[in-house]
Amino acid sequence: MTEVIDLKDIWVSYDDVSVLEAVNLTVEDKDFLAIIGPNGGGKSTLLKVILGLIKPDRGSVKLLGGNPKKTRKYVGYVPQYISSNLEFPINVWEVVLMGRLSHKGPFRSFNEEDKKAAEDALSTVGMLDFRDRQIGELSGGQKQRVFIARSLVTHPRLLILDEPSTGIDSRRQKEFYELLNRLKSEIAILMVTHDISALSVYVDKIACLNKQLHYHNSKEVSPEDLEATYQCPVELIAHGVPHRVLKLH
Amino acid sequence: MLEILQYGFMQNAITAAILASIACGIIGVYVVVKKIVFISGGISHASFGGIGVGYYLGINPLYGLIPFSLLSAVVMGLVSKRAKVAEDTLIGILWSLGMAIGIVFIYLTPGYAPDLLSYLFGNILTVPRSDIYLMLALDVVIIVLVYAFYKEFMALCFDEEFAKVAGINIERLYLLLLCLIALTIVLLIKVVGIILIIALLTMPATLSRHYTNDLRKMMYLAIFFGAVFSVAGLFLSYIFDIPSGATIILVMSTVYILHFVYDGVKPKKAG
Repeated sequence: MTEVIDLKDIWVSYDDVSVLEAVNLTVEDKDFLAIIGPNGGGKSTLLKVILGLIKPDRGSVKLLGGNPKKTRKYVGYVPQYISSNLEFPINVWEVVLMGRLSHKGPFRSFNEEDKKAAEDALSTVGMLDFRDRQIGELSGGQKQRVFIARSLVTHPRLLILDEPSTGIDSRRQKEFYELLNRLKSEIAILMVTHDISALSVYVDKIACLNKQLHYHNSKEVSPEDLEATYQCPVELIAHGVPHRVLKLH
Repeated sequence: MLEILQYGFMQNAITAAILASIACGIIGVYVVVKKIVFISGGISHASFGGIGVGYYLGINPLYGLIPFSLLSAVVMGLVSKRAKVAEDTLIGILWSLGMAIGIVFIYLTPGYAPDLLSYLFGNILTVPRSDIYLMLALDVVIIVLVYAFYKEFMALCFDEEFAKVAGINIERLYLLLLCLIALTIVLLIKVVGIILIIALLTMPATLSRHYTNDLRKMMYLAIFFGAVFSVAGLFLSYIFDIPSGATIILVMSTVYILHFVYDGVKPKKAG
């Protein structure tokens, strides 16, 4: 099977300010990869390149083996929920059904198959009881689970999450990462985050991004990588030996 | 009091008010939830250029208005999304540009421009039967397109980025929405005039948001509010012999302000 994501030598700049430099990245089926890096380090840009929303100045992008503009509708995408209009008059059920849009055209309303998929996705994330609730009434963690359900209704091979832990209190974050952990047995997950604390336990692989991507196809991040990424010494706390992110030092 | 209903002009006026409320209820809801009030104001004012062109060519100004308002909608949509200048600045410029074109064409038109004030401030009592048919046709176009793209418009207004990834051509859909706003403006112009349109487009929709969390119900309610307020305004303007467009807006604003004050007193509901 082809790689889920295959980026080769990606360069992006905005008005002559370089944002991504020589980025190479491959993601395989059932990988759980987190990309960390400082704000302004190019994380969102990288996601947009992967989804074909930005054309890189140089380099080749393959998503699910093809041109991302064509294949992105087969990807489950969870944008930062701040990007959506939360006062909008819409309930949980309608939000999740929206995920089936890519399979529909104008004039065609959602059928039984769409409704079944929405129901399954909502029970996977444990939000079926909330189907009639207004989206703005939910807590941060609940909203995030609804948006994940929306991205699952097309049974994607890849899930892309942009800063998923924003707005979720730390108690709920564990629950949230456990949900992702369950999902990864079937699909590849790519997540962008600046929240380093949760990574060690659940994520399989970590890459550091600040213009350049430091990635060794593993979970280990060297102090040199972190220093290059954050441009200052960063201290990582390793939670118990089995889940160490840093090598012993 | 009810004998005024026997007058043909009054029947036309009531029909026009109801036809206008349908378009304005449906499209007004999108204007409010997508927060595109300013660009809608821009389109409505810029379309004054079309009125001027219509006078200059000696045709029914409404026929000059339709292509011109659609053109303004497309230009504003494209320019505001693509140019690297702040969106509101560009809208403000196009807003005035359209009006300036209208003023120059009216000046160049030989003789006197009849009904000019009714396009600026509305005069629902002078709506001829032919305009009623035009309004009906525009209502049908708006209803069919909103029915066809209901899911897509919902995604556009709720979460543009997601809709884009789901394979929807966001730019084209946004331009379509702006064109529907342009057609709604054509429908509303005889009721309240270019200057007051924005109030009619936003108030019934905003008011309906207080009563429901459902987009479709919001539209029904907004149509109902629009119809009730405009017919009430129409009667009041007849009784007191004051301009109809302004009276309709005054009725609506009064209800809205009272509602706002009442809402401020009672405990706030979530959502």
